[in-house]
Amino acid sequence: MRFVDEYRDTDAAQKLADAIASAVTRPWTIMEVCGGQTHTIVKYGIDRLLPDSVELVHGPGCPVCVTSLEMIDRAHAIASRPDVIFCSFGDMLRVPGSRGDLLQMKSHGGDVRVVYSPLDAVNLAAANPSKKVVFFAIGFETTAPPNAMAVFLARKRKLSNFSVLVSHVLVPPMITAILQAPGNRVQAFLGPGHVCTVMGTKEYEPIARRYKAPIVVTGFEPLDLLEGVYRTVQQLQAGRAEVENQYGRAVRDEGNPRSKQLIDDVFEVCDRKWRGVGLIPKSGYKLRHEYRDHDAERRFEVDAIETQESSLCISGQILKGLKKPHDCLAFGKECTPQTPLGATMVSAEGACAAYYAYGRHLDLEKAQGRPSLGLQLVGDR
Amino acid sequence: MCLGIPGKVTETYREHDVLMGKVDFSGVGKRVCLEHVPEVRPGDYVLVHVGFALSRIDEEEANRVFEFLRQMNQLDELKAPSS
Repeated sequence: MRFVDEYRDTDAAQKLADAIASAVTRPWTIMEVCGGQTHTIVKYGIDRLLPDSVELVHGPGCPVCVTSLEMIDRAHAIASRPDVIFCSFGDMLRVPGSRGDLLQMKSHGGDVRVVYSPLDAVNLAAANPSKKVVFFAIGFETTAPPNAMAVFLARKRKLSNFSVLVSHVLVPPMITAILQAPGNRVQAFLGPGHVCTVMGTKEYEPIARRYKAPIVVTGFEPLDLLEGVYRTVQQLQAGRAEVENQYGRAVRDEGNPRSKQLIDDVFEVCDRKWRGVGLIPKSGYKLRHEYRDHDAERRFEVDAIETQESSLCISGQILKGLKKPHDCLAFGKECTPQTPLGATMVSAEGACAAYYAYGRHLDLEKAQGRPSLGLQLVGDR
Repeated sequence: MCLGIPGKVTETYREHDVLMGKVDFSGVGKRVCLEHVPEVRPGDYVLVHVGFALSRIDEEEANRVFEFLRQMNQLDELKAPSS
């Protein structure tokens, strides 16, 4: 087990792996929700450290990957306007839309800028009053407070030239959709640590109860993940289905109340389409009516856009847990981080990028031994 | 973007009636909104998502997480320009 040697605390990792192996008496399928967790699992070979009867399935927890093609195309339409400065997190620049990506748009003269923070985009609006500054507000609950603060500040500073293209997604409706899907095999979740730093753990309790699925809020370091799996397996073996917090170092049960209040002031819950997955009811945020003047979709009227996905890319099936990256014919061949066909290869947090970064395109034998998940989500296209 | 990056608060100030601060990420300085962690003082460590601090953490945890993110090549967002 060469990968164990890379852990800082090899003894602790091996003890946890042994504890998991001795606790398990039957097969279990556990989904890690967060893309950061997927990266750690693949880099440190945590899936290979577990007994064969415990399968980790990679969840759709990468916001860059699940931002819908329609929304990417809307971003491109807005960014191509000469009167616009289009601001985005760096991860979004190379996400392929129907016709190219934001980086190509920049090389064709579009004013596309990577910003560190949405608050920097607000400052750009103040510094460029003759331009319309648009920020691409994507992300899970972790980026909702900064994005909400940007809109709040823009209104307060009367910056009418600032707007946001909002494509926020939410974790609890996503895991509910997975649990409700016909043929679902996921029995438990490693919950997303940093999302729960904002939102707390309470909103997961009804889901754990209703679907009898343990949810262990987990950090993203190797030992966190092993402990999260251990706690999950203990619950599964004992027939319990509770919310536990493995990541108490950063997560309080109530989350950050100030952040939750700001989110509630600026955003309201809406239906949201996820790339490769389809529509999930009440799974996103949009701006509240009071903030409509800062809504880029309204300002630029970009509703009627026809989309076209790559015919080779299977990122949709990967996001749903139906396939693993090395099941794709293009993986590591036509599709690499330098020439991505789909979003799961573009984003640093995407499952394909993780598999590629850690050389899993070079060893395919494991994939051939693994069954795919029979998972079909609602509103599939 | 999804993973918070720990940094050390070196200065706090108010701007447009919002609590802001300067945060040092192992040599890279950024302006960060501290409005949701109002208890922090210079010298404290915070977990920052895209220029916005979401929680206060202790120094040992901050150093460990930062080193881990460095190993995972998850610090790219700090290279983006700030204005």
